Order: sequence, then structure tokens, then C-alpha cells
Amino acid sequence: MKRKLQNTTYKVAPLLALAVIVGIWLFVCEGEIVPAFMLPSPVDVFTAFVNDFPLLLTHAQITLQEALYGLLIGIAFAFIIASLMDRFQFLYNAFYPLLVLSQTIPTVAIAPLLVLWMGFEMAPKITLVVITTFFPITIGLLDGFKSVDKDQVNLMRSMKANRFQTFYIVKIPTALPSFFAGLKISASYAIVGAVIAEWLGGFEGLGVYMTRVKKAYAFDKMFAVIIFICIISLLLILLVALIQRLAMPWLRRTKQKIN
Amino acid sequence: MSFLEVKNVTKSFDNKTIIKDVNLHLEKGEIVSLLGISGSGKTTLFNAISGISTPDSGKIILDGKDITGKPGSISYMLQKDMLFPFRKIVDNVALPLTVSGVSKKEARKKASALFEEFGLEGTQMQYPDELSGGMRQRAALLRTYLASKGVALLDEPFSALDTITKSSMHKWYLDIMEKIKLSTLFITHDIDEAILLSDRIYILSGVPGNITDEIVIDEKKPRSNDFALTEKFLEYKKLVVEKIAFT
Repeated sequence: MKRKLQNTTYKVAPLLALAVIVGIWLFVCEGEIVPAFMLPSPVDVFTAFVNDFPLLLTHAQITLQEALYGLLIGIAFAFIIASLMDRFQFLYNAFYPLLVLSQTIPTVAIAPLLVLWMGFEMAPKITLVVITTFFPITIGLLDGFKSVDKDQVNLMRSMKANRFQTFYIVKIPTALPSFFAGLKISASYAIVGAVIAEWLGGFEGLGVYMTRVKKAYAFDKMFAVIIFICIISLLLILLVALIQRLAMPWLRRTKQKIN
Repeated sequence: MSFLEVKNVTKSFDNKTIIKDVNLHLEKGEIVSLLGISGSGKTTLFNAISGISTPDSGKIILDGKDITGKPGSISYMLQKDMLFPFRKIVDNVALPLTVSGVSKKEARKKASALFEEFGLEGTQMQYPDELSGGMRQRAALLRTYLASKGVALLDEPFSALDTITKSSMHKWYLDIMEKIKLSTLFITHDIDEAILLSDRIYILSGVPGNITDEIVIDEKKPRSNDFALTEKFLEYKKLVVEKIAFT
């Protein structure tokens, strides 16, 4: 009972904080402390959001497609790289530093290059999403594979399991929690990655729409897109969390027991 | 010829000899304890017998076949139960069958048939974290049994349990062994446990580790925990303590 109450407080607290921030924002705008052309009032943003909603949805379809394709390819890519690096120590030694290094390259800097190489269609956007999302997943998988207990591998050997069996019976399930930890980060990167790529050239998508309304100085619409992007990113993370729950039923049971 | 023979096994790490010229044998259906103080090379010997590591010299012979350095013939169980948290108990127990290519359904059926005998009835679909330490060790022993081709190595299987659970596990273990007749090499540092459970006790001591003594526990089976309260048990205990102190 007490626990339930605590849970509710946890959920109410961030909502209250959000309400306070929006309240201040409203006060600052309506009191004309900041001019309306610089910061649109939450009311205007809300109106823009509602009016533009159908348009936002059409653009979101494109962006979501890019993000999801990118994320899926990123997962596949991460899985292959991590498996190979786990299997061959020299690949791990050779590529781990390079992987880390690859993440220091600013996304915004390579996006225009990708557009030049691949054109204005979906390809450069998906590629950018792959580049931004595969890293956290790869690291998650690698850490997961490395966390396997040596005695468990020996146990498998004592049962005459081959490498492949040890891999899918022990290593993959053991790596799942850290894989999902990485995937959650990647999911939040995916939408943003696609949007950034769209800024630099394209015909449709939330990023394209964003540059358009920016050029029109329609700040209320701009804010509406930003909020919309936040919402779909959150939904994507929630989706990952849901899949995670379904993929690891043993954790759910254990938690129930502890509670 | 014995069922399992360990002949002149020597193993070193980093130029340090851990065990030297270890000889022992195990008959069919026998429970033999290997009693050793810490640092006597129990685990090294254990890995060599199970085939996880290859000894520098010497041979492991099971049922007339040389299995030195070849894992897969001798199953083992550790102090850690090593049940995979992500597999249901029945799938954990059936793992050796699954690995050898039996279908999931068939493996579950075969494993499930033994649950009652091992006192595990009803836990099939639970996850390991939902079970107590004693129950988990039961499941681990059942897995070891299903993995075995006649010989099991148990490395301090009950030493992580609390005294009361341990005592009830001893009773359970004596009962179950009467039924399944699994030839067992039982590694322990607990003298009482060794006397209570075994037909024979080897004492492993010295640096490098070697078998320094062999004691036959001549007490009929099935035994009960009450054996530990008899005069005879104390005599054995005195004998073992003396032999360990002497070396």
C-alpha cells in the first residue's frame, strides 16, 4: 500500500515540475516580458500543434520510416560486429578503439557529406541513423557478452556444447539486459538522427518541415514540431521498454517476488 | 579394473606444481569423497578429471576409455548452482539433453519425469530466482544427473547453504543416491559431510597436492543423519582429523 503511494508520488512529481515550467513560460509570454516573435506563448504553440497535426503526421511518417529502418539496420549491424568482436579477440582489440573514435565525429558534420554522396532521398538519412544508433547497441552487446560467467561457459563445454550453442543458449540471453539498455539510448537517438539528416536536404519529413517553418519565422510551429519530435521519441522508447519486458519474462517474475 | 581411474595426474600453473601424481579410483555406484584443506589443488584436480583442462601428465580413464582432456563424459556440479536465470527450471534441468540435440518438448518431458523423485514437483515452470537455495541445488543435481554418463563430480555442492538446509539436503542426497546409484566423486572440506555421505574418503593434502590417505567408511546404507550421532561416526572423525593433522 505504502509502495503504491510512493509510486504515485514518483509519477506526480515530474508532472508538477512540468506544470510549473509551463506556468512560468506562460507568465513570461502573456506578461510580455519576452516579445512574442522571440518566444511564442504555450497557447500559440498548442494551437499550432492542433492545427498542424495532420501535416505533422504526414511528415512524421517519413521520419519514422527513416528512423525505424535505420534502427533495425543499426541493430543488425551491431549484432554482427559485437558477435565477431566477441568471437575473435584480435578484432576486439583492433576495432574497439576505432568504434569509440567513430563516435567523436560530429553527426552534423557528416550529414551534408552523406547527402552529397547519396542524394536527397531516404538513403543518407537512414545511413546517418545507422551511424548514430549502432554504437550504443554494439557496446551494450559487447558488455553483455563479456559479463558471461566463465564457469557457465565451462559448464556448457562439459556438456559438449559447441560454440554456437554456447552463444545462443548462454551469451545472448545474458547480454539481453545490456542490449536493451543500449537500444533505449539508440531509440532516442534515432528520431533526432533522422531529423538532423533531413535538415540538410530532402523533400519530406519533420526535419524538412522544421527548416521550412524556421525560414518563415513561424516560431509557434517550430515549437510544435519540437514537441512532436519529443513525443514520438518518447513513444519509441516506451515501445522498446515494452519489447524488453516481453523479451525478459524472468526479470518480471523476480521483481514480483521481491515486491 | 575400476569404473573411473585417475592415474598419476600432475598439473602445474606458471611453473608451480599444483597436484602431483594423483591416483584414485571410483567403482560403479560408489560415493567417494575427496577431502582436502584449501590450497591442496582440489579445483585443479576437478578440472582435470572433468576434462575442462588437460593434465601435464597422467590419464583419466572412464570405463576403459581414455577421456583425458575430453569434456563431455563426466558431469559436474559446483557450489554455485549455475542455473541460468533466464531459463525455466525445467529447461535448466533439461539443458544437457537440449545440447545433445533432443527437441525442447522431448527434453522437457524427460526432465519433468524426474522432478517428483528429486523433490522438485511443481517448480518446472518457475525461474531459478523464485526458488530457495536448497531447491536450486536439487535442480542442479538433477541437471548433473541428466548430463552424466555414469559419473558425476560434485565440488562442495552444499557448502553455500545454511546449516539447517545443509543437513536436510544431506538426508535428501542420501535418499536420492539410493535410487539413482550415480557414481560420485564428492569434493568437500567438511569432515562430517565426507563421513556421512561416502563409502570411502581420500585425503588430499600437501604442496603440491597429493592423495595422502584413504579411509573406508564401513557403514551400511541407506544411512540416515543419525549416523552422525553415533560413537562409530566420532571414531571415524578422530581418525580423519589425525590423518589430516599428521600430513
